[in-house]
Amino acid sequence: MRIESVEQLRKLEKKYRGETESHPVRVHICYGPGCLANGAQEIGDRFRKVIKEKKLKNFKVEAIKETGCHGFCERGPLVVLEPEGTFYTKVKVKDVEAIVEKSLGKSEIIESLLYTNPADDKKIQRYKDIPFYAHQKRIALRNLGQIDQTSLHDYIAAGGYQGLAKALTAMNPNKVIKEVELSGIRGRGGGGFATGRKWATCAKIESDVRYVVCNGDEGDPGAFMDRAIMEGDPHTVLEGMIICAYAVGSTQGYVYVRDEYPLAVVHLQKAIEDAEAVGLIGENILGTGFSFHIAISRGAGAFVCGESSALMRSVAGEVGEPRAKYIRSVVKGLKDKPTVLNNVETFACIPVILSEGGKAFSKIGTPKSTGTKAFSLVGKIENTGLIEVPMGTTLREIIYNIGGGIKDGKPFKAVQTGGPSGGCLPESKLDLPVDFDTLTEAGSMMGSGGMIVMDDATCVVDVARYFLSFLVEESCGKCVPCREGLYQLHQSAVRICEGKGTDDDLEIMQHLSDMIVIGSLCGLGTSGPNPFLSTIRYFRDEYEAHIKEKKCPAGVCTALITYIITDRCTGCLACIPACATDAITGKKGQVHQLAQDKCDRCGACYAVCKYDAIEIH
Amino acid sequence: MILTEESVRNIEKKAARYPNKLSAILPAITIAYRQVGHLNAGVYREISRIIDVPYVEVAEAATFYTLFPKKPVGKYLIQVCHNISCALLGADSLVAYLEGKLGIKKGETTADGLFTIITVECLGSCATAPMMQINQDYYENLTREKVDKVLEELKAKT
Repeated sequence: MRIESVEQLRKLEKKYRGETESHPVRVHICYGPGCLANGAQEIGDRFRKVIKEKKLKNFKVEAIKETGCHGFCERGPLVVLEPEGTFYTKVKVKDVEAIVEKSLGKSEIIESLLYTNPADDKKIQRYKDIPFYAHQKRIALRNLGQIDQTSLHDYIAAGGYQGLAKALTAMNPNKVIKEVELSGIRGRGGGGFATGRKWATCAKIESDVRYVVCNGDEGDPGAFMDRAIMEGDPHTVLEGMIICAYAVGSTQGYVYVRDEYPLAVVHLQKAIEDAEAVGLIGENILGTGFSFHIAISRGAGAFVCGESSALMRSVAGEVGEPRAKYIRSVVKGLKDKPTVLNNVETFACIPVILSEGGKAFSKIGTPKSTGTKAFSLVGKIENTGLIEVPMGTTLREIIYNIGGGIKDGKPFKAVQTGGPSGGCLPESKLDLPVDFDTLTEAGSMMGSGGMIVMDDATCVVDVARYFLSFLVEESCGKCVPCREGLYQLHQSAVRICEGKGTDDDLEIMQHLSDMIVIGSLCGLGTSGPNPFLSTIRYFRDEYEAHIKEKKCPAGVCTALITYIITDRCTGCLACIPACATDAITGKKGQVHQLAQDKCDRCGACYAVCKYDAIEIH
Repeated sequence: MILTEESVRNIEKKAARYPNKLSAILPAITIAYRQVGHLNAGVYREISRIIDVPYVEVAEAATFYTLFPKKPVGKYLIQVCHNISCALLGADSLVAYLEGKLGIKKGETTADGLFTIITVECLGSCATAPMMQINQDYYENLTREKVDKVLEELKAKT
């Protein structure tokens, strides 16, 4: 069935919403990657089976929704009962029968599956009351966990494609651009370029063909917001792209997805086909005469392809090496035609900007960084997962109120934002508001939204070494300063971690960093030395401890530490099989011995010891 | 010929969609890789003949993108994420454990042709680190016990 007009779309929205609301209870099972890996699929299957067997009167199988990522990956698999919002965590297959019988059959709540607030040990029933969710505001992630992830029906029921309908019928292209400019939205991929200005530039250039490309090459370590959106709410990305195409006058779009995200490709493909079938993509969209096609293009494991000019070469099937951008890709992009390239999260915000108005969006956040931003909270933090907060929220609020603080109550050491191009910020910067300009001033950057939290057992020199090794691997090799300079930076970092570093190393690193920044073409090179520059800025004493005292204060760099078994050892034997090199010997009930010459300092004994008897020196 | 008739047909079909022949290189490589399981000079040569582009263009693209293995890999390609979130939570010791358990080093394949270990960059499952991907499946929140179980299950399957 084709949707021939905007009126028909509105009628469908009403009808579909009525259908969704007709279910007295809906079971939303999180099918995000974290929950899937912990058995969400089996839980879904079990639900269908049990419901069939029990023959519940008021419950239909259609009310089971496979949703996108709820964000609270730490507590998965998650099952939410809507519309009440009852939030069950760490659900197992064996719990399903009880949920069906008690919660669906008799509206009882199963206490044992509820979230326990660590602050006061009280159970919380509704997810909206859980601190992790209560401090969030979701725009780009608005539908994640709320709708069946690949269902066009559910997307329309949730008000989907209404932004597009409004743009196509009530606004001319210029007005759409003005609305986006009014919203103040800046590119969510990390650069923070004003989206409205980008669109306006593209629309103004004389050309027979223009392209709209969505950047789904999310490669920043620790970031998975775009993945969650592409998998959990693919239609919102498509809707944003179609609106953009209308605004700039494009008829062909591409979504570039990294090869590491196979499920995102499957869901986007289905969404494109479903939208084509009803005439939301293709010729004569919603009967307005406007036509736009979308195809998927896949990467193959090259981080640099997230860079605009490299990405466009990769879409065209070539080697993804960046070019000098004296002429920006918005002027000469894909196949040398004017091209708008926006990030997944940016496109996901566009439908809301159109349907709610740019002004409403601009009131959220700070004057220069409007709206909200999604982050993935990872590393040594209690509540790992996916969040979205208004711009201007402080790092402290994010890490402590939403993230629940550092894992196991340990002291905070640093938070890395902005991926490999960003930097590590120390405790003294925790009260900074998170927005594009503040983070850059502090020596880090917003980046695409990975937020990697580190505790006192993390060595920042080791982290810098790690990020440099990543960049050495991912440098495309076109510019010598980036290819060779990053390699040398990494070599110095390795030397320091191994206790072979000298003061000269720091000087050379500083000098090299300056050269790499000046001499590289694309963002990968110009921000490549940041892992070093930001850590030396805030943690110089730690570098010096490695070089002068030959000590790793965090106890991480294996060449600089030894494990020692103290007399707290009860002789429980647990560490002996854990040791891969047979370095530990001892009898039950007696203090064990560790042979330093055999020890490879893997830390396995330290991890299994229940009596804190093993110390790192 | 390394490529089957079906692969050749699929490549030709893809190539026909592009006005610029060079654009067909990546899709062609993907098809060839899916069939053969890895890439080598013979494969590049055949692709260059089928879509009529210079050999060097195919080889350049194939060697640029890391996700195409250039030598045969085991039935189960174990891709351990060693990126920062996983590294903070013990990815390096996990790799060492796998190496010890399977008796091979990173980049090598077991003698029975079952397992290959490689390390990869961020797979975007950072909230449940450390993690690995074996062929198309993710395994997360890994511990040594969990790794033991996964390997046993895979061995039992074969």
